[in-house]
Amino acid sequence: MTETEPGPATVAEADERLKRVNPLTSIMRRPELGAVAGLVLVGAFFFVTADPSMFTLSGAMTILLPASQLGILAIAAALLMIGGEFDLSIGSMVAFAGLIFGIAVTNFGLPLWAAILATLVIAAIMGCINGQIVIHTRLPSFIVTLAFLFILRGMTLVGLKWATGGSTQLRGIGDAAGEGIIRELFSGVAFEGLFAWLAQHDIIEKFPNGLPKVTGIPISILWFVGIAIVTTIVLLRTRLGNWIFAAGGDPNAARNSGVPVDRVKTGLFALTACSAALVAIITVLDAGSADARRGFQKEFEAIIAAVIGGCLLTGGYGSAIGAFFGAVIFGMVSIGLTYTSFDSDWFQVFLGAMLLLAVLFNNFIRRKVTGER
Amino acid sequence: MAQGNATTSTPVIEVRNIVKHFGSVIALSGVSMTVGRGEVLCLLGDNGAGKSTLIKTLAGVHRPTSGEYLVEGQPVSFGSPRDALDAGIATVYQDLAMIPLMSITRNFFMGREPRYGIGPFRFIDFEHCNAVTRDEMKKIGIDIRDPHQAVGTLSGGERQCVAIARAVYFGAKILILDEPTSALGVAQTSMVLKYIHQVRQKGLGVVFITHNVRHAYAAGDRFTVLNRGRTVGTYAKSEIGMDELQNLMAGGKELQELSSELRGTV
Repeated sequence: MTETEPGPATVAEADERLKRVNPLTSIMRRPELGAVAGLVLVGAFFFVTADPSMFTLSGAMTILLPASQLGILAIAAALLMIGGEFDLSIGSMVAFAGLIFGIAVTNFGLPLWAAILATLVIAAIMGCINGQIVIHTRLPSFIVTLAFLFILRGMTLVGLKWATGGSTQLRGIGDAAGEGIIRELFSGVAFEGLFAWLAQHDIIEKFPNGLPKVTGIPISILWFVGIAIVTTIVLLRTRLGNWIFAAGGDPNAARNSGVPVDRVKTGLFALTACSAALVAIITVLDAGSADARRGFQKEFEAIIAAVIGGCLLTGGYGSAIGAFFGAVIFGMVSIGLTYTSFDSDWFQVFLGAMLLLAVLFNNFIRRKVTGER
Repeated sequence: MAQGNATTSTPVIEVRNIVKHFGSVIALSGVSMTVGRGEVLCLLGDNGAGKSTLIKTLAGVHRPTSGEYLVEGQPVSFGSPRDALDAGIATVYQDLAMIPLMSITRNFFMGREPRYGIGPFRFIDFEHCNAVTRDEMKKIGIDIRDPHQAVGTLSGGERQCVAIARAVYFGAKILILDEPTSALGVAQTSMVLKYIHQVRQKGLGVVFITHNVRHAYAAGDRFTVLNRGRTVGTYAKSEIGMDELQNLMAGGKELQELSSELRGTV
């Protein structure tokens, strides 16, 4: 068919009340549009105001490192939000899972793989408990997980004091964990060989002694990107993805169509908790210690990143890749301000404004998409 | 008419003396009914008569406290709506059939997504899904240009038809329609009623729940009237007139009195 002006006589059987779908509408329909637009705006802002070193390879790594740790949480939070629930306990779960991991490695002397497995399993169980309580009591997940925010934070403090004999920090995990391929998967940087080669051939910046300024990609960035890709494919292309949207969009309608809503939601709670455990393992191995304050307020940041990424607070709509961009915006603003002459405490102002804008924008888009009047 | 001989064979679904209690509340206290192939059974009753409990029991949402539930002569006990769906009993709920934020295709295949690939690498075959959705919609006279458009953009009648078309496409033997016409305008109601007629001619059994005797009489072959959790009676179309049906459904007297006060407009 040739493209003609959309006039009354284009297609014989066309319903005159339906507008032709133009490519712009299909782009507008993507939930992550706002996050991409926001990223472009924020990028442009820093491009004008910030020191040019922000836009080098090492600058990018500095931005992406905190973005990746937040992003792993934000993507899981986004899936859970699409599934119609919140988890306010993820920040505390980061600290709690760090404690479990630390105790497993030091006090129990478990091999690293077993400690990681144990941490993930315990986190998943906690997530399932959250989920089961929400499902069976029909209380809002907001309130149930708010309770767990305090329970887990408190248990972390008590546990740390018990394990260390009074301190709120458990040290020496890095040494106890030992070296090996498993550790490489969760700490340090990847592609060192490649970066050294790139530096040798003057493709990336290097120090006078020939070593690259950036020795590799921090492993959490790879997890971040990997998780974003996998979850996006799951959401958009798989049955599970369809079930997640359905469970959040209208749990009754989903149930009536044979979607196992409760199982989907419980699984999402477990996934969120596991993502917190993953962040905990990465940060504990990097820092060599478990700390009771770790993950503080991360639940809010993760939810904000998810909302900036296009998730509706009411569920049933959103995207994983949007949360990815939301987290990158977060990293860019928090780190970027240090590259400018602005006081970096403007960060929180910026954040609040972004959140408000994102919510307004998302509501507007939703009305467009669903034809709500 | 096609349904003449169909009702003589084994009914597709049959319930005998179904009882359902919710704690101390007796929602159903002995309901019996049958539906055959190519037959439209109208389930009539006022609010609180137990219609929705009955259809939820048929649909596998509730388990009956006691009583028998037979599908094609075999006793069944459904643990979930999915079991009922797999047995060919599809229910279309009035407001709860579709998810407005999701696309028509995603809604159409919700819970029954066709997939390709193996192991963890199994993906929804969206090309096939979109084509099927477009075709099935065309069959019932809804021209959707873009199967990706959200269901929220469709009208109430269209949504109802999408939900029915979905059930028919997935090989339902029995279609349970929960007040499919109650929220619709005249043109859209006749669209749905016409579609119910089409479905019957394909040999499906239809349970049509409604308040509206006029709609019931237009589409139904037999009428089962419920009142206070019991079957009042089941009547073939030839045995009963519209007014009688109306009276039965309202539980008799009061409405008649009201009706004469209002000069027969109820």
